[in-house]
Amino acid sequence: MAELIRETWGAPYSMRKAYGEALIELGKTHPNVVVLSADVSNSDHSGMFEAVYPERFFNVGIAEPALVDVAVGFANSGYVPIANTFSFLFATRALEQIRTHLCYGQQNVKLAGAYSGLSDSFDGPTHQSISDIATFRALPNMAIVVPADPIAVKKLLPKIVEWQGPVFFRLCRNEVPPIFSDVYEPEIGKGIVLREGTDVTILCCGVMVARVLQAAKRLYEQGIRVQVVELHTIKPLDKELVWHCARATEAVVTVEEHSIIGGLGGAVAEVLAESLPVPMERVGIADTFAESGPYPELMDKYGLSVAAIRDAARRAIARKRK
Amino acid sequence: MPLVYPYGTQHTPTMITDLARRAYEFRLQVLRMVYAHQTGHLGGAFSVAEILTALYFHHLRVDPADPSWAERDRLVFSKGHACAMLYTALAHRGFFPIEWLMTFRELNSHLQGHPERQKTPGIEVPAGPLGHGVAIGAGMALAARMDKSKRRVYAILGDGEINAGVIWEGALVASKFQLDNLTAILDYNGVQQTGTTVKVMPTEPIADKWRAFGWHVIEIHGHNVAQILDALDHADEVHGKPAIIIARTTKGKGVSFMENDPYWHGSPPNEKQFDAAREELQAEVTRWQN
Repeated sequence: MAELIRETWGAPYSMRKAYGEALIELGKTHPNVVVLSADVSNSDHSGMFEAVYPERFFNVGIAEPALVDVAVGFANSGYVPIANTFSFLFATRALEQIRTHLCYGQQNVKLAGAYSGLSDSFDGPTHQSISDIATFRALPNMAIVVPADPIAVKKLLPKIVEWQGPVFFRLCRNEVPPIFSDVYEPEIGKGIVLREGTDVTILCCGVMVARVLQAAKRLYEQGIRVQVVELHTIKPLDKELVWHCARATEAVVTVEEHSIIGGLGGAVAEVLAESLPVPMERVGIADTFAESGPYPELMDKYGLSVAAIRDAARRAIARKRK
Repeated sequence: MPLVYPYGTQHTPTMITDLARRAYEFRLQVLRMVYAHQTGHLGGAFSVAEILTALYFHHLRVDPADPSWAERDRLVFSKGHACAMLYTALAHRGFFPIEWLMTFRELNSHLQGHPERQKTPGIEVPAGPLGHGVAIGAGMALAARMDKSKRRVYAILGDGEINAGVIWEGALVASKFQLDNLTAILDYNGVQQTGTTVKVMPTEPIADKWRAFGWHVIEIHGHNVAQILDALDHADEVHGKPAIIIARTTKGKGVSFMENDPYWHGSPPNEKQFDAAREELQAEVTRWQN
């Protein structure tokens, strides 16, 4: 298990470049994949696919509803379209198309949501996407997958394409350290225990996984044994694993780069409140818009610091001991 | 009379008369469906009757025995509220039993209030939220081109529907990619939910708008079966751009007190109105039989 995480993390690597590289690899093995863009392909790096496979790349202009509808037409014709734009635009402008045709109509369209969470940090709250998971989680038939590092982007993309049905692939814009080793093999719908511990379980997703691992290491030095579980798939949620963790450590913390309303924390709370209530703390953005600024500092300011994770773990454990 | 007139550009007077009669029979069927459950949309279903009849009983290459046949022509019925007429055409074409029609909008029915592809054979995509037809059709047309397939894509739009911005996003996309395998058909009946299109949201000059967006425009009388059949053939022969058939129709066509009255967009008839409407429609069926 320990070997899932590299002993020494790699140098920070661009998540969007990893995505572009993953698309090119996918193009080689999956001739039925087409890539669609709403004119941000040099931002999200889907343009890397265009450079290699121009005949399978379509820019529909700045028209997100049409982006999704054109993808629906492709899916109806047997292709697997990957639509690309910013996450907040999928979750707002194109939401009706997504609900009606991907979710209700069960069209096999994949949404690659770029610049998720606070990762478009300097562009500010208009471009940041902090409630997309909540929005998509409420839609029947939708799957939501959040990769934690560049390795995960490359390992998960082919699985998303092979998954039957719509998937929202929630991508980070920025450079993050590769944390996973080559033996990391994520399966959609299955959580992964990254570190074992007995005092508390931290359930996390996305680039926050690295911060959680840092927090767990510091807490270990202070005698606190933290179990770290990656839930890269928010929906369908690995409920069995969530129950197992709650039973084993009797306290849980959720950590996500998203509003504390309706995301991973909400999903876990729903599962536990009904059947296995245990002390629970949610680390996330506290129902507020953020602001412009450098990414790591912005995450720290809006409640996503390593210290905030440590504090939440301690609070959960303290409540357990009452 | 054959069930389906084979695909081709030969439109005999017998065929035209027969299809015109069927359109009125389908109106009678839709009237019964909406009256029976006191729910559904008559006006927009009646205006699109001849268009759907011409498509399903002559022009479209589809296979009721294999609704998901990969090489079928695609029909995106974008004005989903008028689906009682679509269901009637599909049932009579053989996609599902005609007995299903009277379960329209009931619990456990295959026929939802608005189209849904899982429950109803022959439906390509859900519809009801307006505006999807052109962009989805563009995606289907791009896919057909990639497959080097001759299959064609048809999108039936309402005139109120073209108030929606995504229609024009789709129009730009279809024009950019020169999708000459895509034909849109505008059911231009001049009436939307709360009033005339002129009053609710003026869209004239409609033909000029589509031309400005790079489309080939064909204008016809949308209840004249011969004109519909010719226009569909004409649109198939357009090269280098998508085509739109602007079909001038009458909302509530065939029932004098329903014609051009926004009330009949989504209201069911009472018993007296049902009897009167049935009589008028039956008279039209008889007229086309002779």
